[in-house]
Amino acid sequence: MSTPDLKSLVLAGTIGAVLSVSSLVLAADAPVRLGTPVTEAQLSEIDLIVMPDGKGLPAGSGTAAQGQAVYDQQCAACHGALGEGTQGVPALAGGTLTGTPILMTAGSYWPHASTLYDYIRRAMPPTAPKSLSNTEVYQVVAYVLHLSGIVERDFVLDASNLPQVQMPNRDGFIDRSQEQ
Amino acid sequence: MNDNKNNKHETSLDKVAGNGLLSRRHLLGLSLAGAGAAVAGNVLGAEAPALSMPAWSRSPGRGPSEYGNPSTFAAGIKRLAPPPNATLPGGGASRTPLHLLQGIITPNSLHFERHHAGVPDIDPAQHRLVINGLVRQPLMFSYEDLLAYPMESRILFLECSGNSGGAAGPTAADTSAGGLHGLLSCAEWTGVRLSTLLDEAGVLPEASWVSSTGADGASLGRSIPLNKALRDVFIALYQNGEPIRPEQGYPMRLFVPGWEGNVSVKWLTQIKLTDMAANFKDETSRYTELLPDGKALQFTFPMGTKSVITSPSGQMTLRRQGIHEITGLAWSGRGAIRRVEVSADGGRSWADAHLEPNQLELALARFRLPWLWEGGPAVLQSRATDSAGNVQPTRDVFLNTYSPANRYHFNGIQSWAVSAQGEVKNVYA
Repeated sequence: MSTPDLKSLVLAGTIGAVLSVSSLVLAADAPVRLGTPVTEAQLSEIDLIVMPDGKGLPAGSGTAAQGQAVYDQQCAACHGALGEGTQGVPALAGGTLTGTPILMTAGSYWPHASTLYDYIRRAMPPTAPKSLSNTEVYQVVAYVLHLSGIVERDFVLDASNLPQVQMPNRDGFIDRSQEQ
Repeated sequence: MNDNKNNKHETSLDKVAGNGLLSRRHLLGLSLAGAGAAVAGNVLGAEAPALSMPAWSRSPGRGPSEYGNPSTFAAGIKRLAPPPNATLPGGGASRTPLHLLQGIITPNSLHFERHHAGVPDIDPAQHRLVINGLVRQPLMFSYEDLLAYPMESRILFLECSGNSGGAAGPTAADTSAGGLHGLLSCAEWTGVRLSTLLDEAGVLPEASWVSSTGADGASLGRSIPLNKALRDVFIALYQNGEPIRPEQGYPMRLFVPGWEGNVSVKWLTQIKLTDMAANFKDETSRYTELLPDGKALQFTFPMGTKSVITSPSGQMTLRRQGIHEITGLAWSGRGAIRRVEVSADGGRSWADAHLEPNQLELALARFRLPWLWEGGPAVLQSRATDSAGNVQPTRDVFLNTYSPANRYHFNGIQSWAVSAQGEVKNVYA
């Protein structure tokens, strides 16, 4: 995270105190405004959000072939050598959404490839989240997609083609966000 | 609907539904004269030894303390937490012991927890909240900054989307009301309206969603539509009057009234205005509801209309025949609770439980109804109706709506069976 500007914080605190006093005396209706302006560039280390349309993806690329080494070292112990999952840890590959048994995985269920990039970069591996480089994340995402047969082993995944990856269940969701 | 045919002896007891449900007026202790065997446990003539002056009345007690604790004799009232997961010690959940509490407010130490990467130990002096994305001016706020804004307080329930998921399983687990439904709590939350901060940053016209992320190890993210964010969402800084607990997101969390708990992002550090939902892992892989045909519902935000009897409830034992108070909690993510009906005969007949007037929107409601237990088997159920007219479904109706794999948003009617021995068990009825 970027270092806070101490001077502006102190200044902001002073303004806050003045405002609260004056509002008691004068019932001033000027709103409290204490936010410190920042630039998107200053937020680049903490803003890890990757959108389905690819906004937020960093530079870099990777193939499943490269990702296998990272996966074997960082992921396989919990998620299984082929993404089959282990006790209490979700499977990543294969599966079906009807019939028996139902198995919801990144391959069978997730609608967007962007979610893999976003989640792996911000939260995996759970013992050391955010320890993978952007390139390693591309590699692992490509490998996880490959485990479900979604991309070829030598497909070079990058910011421009990741949003175009055709997830098998991309049309499987019914948006209820406006039923409030 | 009322069944008075079994009214054999206690003619002065006003029965309102089958298998011993009594009128709410008996809650006030009225009209019990002549009730005979029903209240025999309390009448004159019982032999009791003379009372002696207790030791604690013969000496001064301890002095005041800086931060209070419950009585050591009440130390058994704890959250229900499984042993830590060896693979991911920071994951998992603990549940509120609903069956051991009364009223509607959950004490802070007993508020349920659900963590995805453990509880971070955040120094508020170093914590920052940023607002960025589709705004005129990205802004950064310190904890001190937020404390200076106008605040508001609301009593609101919070329920995990996965609460009661065990009740959708194939067999009825031998567990308690808290064990089954305890990913549910209610507190007075105080904080700053999100709309106030969004106004300061200046939301651009093309923005339609708000993505929030936390400062925990998983940087958990969730998206909510902008219209909700502007309506009643706030950044909670206080919980029942004190700074929110680390398990609840100290120093600040998003609070999204009435909606599935996961969207109320804890350890809130980023608010990003976007033109679509981010489709985070926890709104695609998780917290979506699979349907029988393999399609799935996404962004089911308000929690369903729901109730559960907390006493008598699973793993309790009724130790005497006579009048017992049936009590429980009801809530809805779409308004206030207007009605709770109770059945003692597995849903064949129902009676209206007592609710305090003027129930709060999006808070827990406490309901009560007296019940005469004469030693026969019973199946206790409750059914809530909210201010929008939504009625809690039966378990079967709920299950038939979804894929057998779904464990989210369960709000089917809970059944507790009472045996002739007074043992209360979770059953599917």
